Amino acid sequence: MNIEKEITTNVQADTPSLLNKKVIEIKDLKKRFDNVPVLTGLSLHLFENENLVILGKSGSGKSVLIKCIVRLLNPDHGTIDVLGKNVNELKDSDLAELRKKIGFLFQSGALYDSMTIKENLEFPLKRIKKNLSQKEIDEKIEEALENVGLSDTLYKMPSDLSGGMRKRASLARTVVLDPEIMLYDEPTTGLDPVTSDEISDLINEVQEKYNTSSIIITHDIACARAIADRVIMLNKGKVYQEGTIGEFEESSDELIQSFFRTKKLASHLTK
Amino acid sequence: MKVIGPVIKKIPKLPDVKKRAIKLSENAIKKTQEVNRFFLEVGEFNLFLWLTVKASFSRSFEFKEFVRQCYKVGNKTLPLITLTGMVVGLVLTIQSRPVLVDFGAVSMLPGMVALSIVREMGPVVTALVCAGKIGSGMGAELGSMKVSEQIDAMEVSSTNPIRFLVVPRVLAATLMIPILVLYADALGILGSWAGANIKGDITFVLFFSQAFSSIEFMDFLPAVIKTFFFGAAIGFIGCFKGFTAGRGTESVGKAANESVVLASVFVILIDLIAVQITDML
Repeated sequence: MNIEKEITTNVQADTPSLLNKKVIEIKDLKKRFDNVPVLTGLSLHLFENENLVILGKSGSGKSVLIKCIVRLLNPDHGTIDVLGKNVNELKDSDLAELRKKIGFLFQSGALYDSMTIKENLEFPLKRIKKNLSQKEIDEKIEEALENVGLSDTLYKMPSDLSGGMRKRASLARTVVLDPEIMLYDEPTTGLDPVTSDEISDLINEVQEKYNTSSIIITHDIACARAIADRVIMLNKGKVYQEGTIGEFEESSDELIQSFFRTKKLASHLTK
Repeated sequence: MKVIGPVIKKIPKLPDVKKRAIKLSENAIKKTQEVNRFFLEVGEFNLFLWLTVKASFSRSFEFKEFVRQCYKVGNKTLPLITLTGMVVGLVLTIQSRPVLVDFGAVSMLPGMVALSIVREMGPVVTALVCAGKIGSGMGAELGSMKVSEQIDAMEVSSTNPIRFLVVPRVLAATLMIPILVLYADALGILGSWAGANIKGDITFVLFFSQAFSSIEFMDFLPAVIKTFFFGAAIGFIGCFKGFTAGRGTESVGKAANESVVLASVFVILIDLIAVQITDML
């Protein structure tokens, strides 16, 4: 693996099986907050049916990146093409249409805490899939909750659920809309290793069942191992390195090694 | 030498001058940032107002959420308004009675108290109580939704959060606060009758007939109209502060606190403008 300290050009994947259609293409993305640069010319792409894991230290711009993809944040410079559309140039109505095809799993789960789990799943369904009858909505909700193993929580409030259950319920709320692209913001953060593994398995199941293409932001190396088709490491707001998880683990680069060493130690201590 | 000595001592040394210059420039930067922040907030306020007005006239209206908010604003504030309304009428009567006795004008008590309750005390006291209860509630609720990324989640799932969260709350406050004011007015007059009977003796029917005979339609109408503006301001400011809360949990408390302060200031300012307009009529 050829390591370059700062890659400014678009990085191409070598794996032939992944040479599919690009569903997300980001070029030279820059974003600052109060004159502090967070993204400094980031370029990457996501292929169809691919799980792309993005690693990086806190503050390297991972969460900012996926928030720019759905235009929760507006970038200062650069282009973001999602399913062939430039996100920054879309009108509000077109952006709303595009967002229907993107699922976003927030770090906190972001379940609406004034609603039951059923109402949480009903909320986007009733507003996006307006042609569905109440019976069809109920069936979709039951199916989505069954897929994440939460069939018995239909009438529970989010505050009655554990952290892992909230994440799963949030995942059910996202996949119930049949998204084409999934964006996961640290899906296993704050969870115990067993629950983390369950979430990782769920991410794989979602990809298989719904044929989604996913960007997964994580610090969890075990999760990355379980789900990654391709891994990108960010540093100082740019793509620092790209490859498979195996290539990363064998890398002699100091930064990558320090990241993996720490994770190995943490994993060892947890065991 | 005695004269020159102290003068020389007063001249600051060069490093001190440099330090002072640095401190001055730092203060200047700080002040400029504060001014910038103020204008930025004014801009955000106007933008938020425009987006709310725009969303209010959009096709899909969240009727269920509007009813839920009406229940929250109206029903849950009722005990507080009941107590406040009664006490205002009672205290106003007890305080006014001795003065009117001195002038031999006790018979004017029902009319005077009713007029002051309907025109000023009822609307303003109710609005200030609602600014505390409803404004802070909305600020804290939306602030915590912002912190826990629920508003972002709503936006990402193609639901306009202003249409779902802000419009029903602002409309509910606009509709319910005038109703609460009418209720507080009625209880205020009832409290006044109770107050009048502590030291005097006046029948319920006589008190109310005297009270209502002194109130004209033009006393009543401007007082009711201004309460719609009070309601809109309280609802809007609560939502604005919640929506623009920062990312930490500390900002939830700050949003609730600022909602109360700003909504109370707006209530007083709207009242001032309303009084001036009424005066011109």
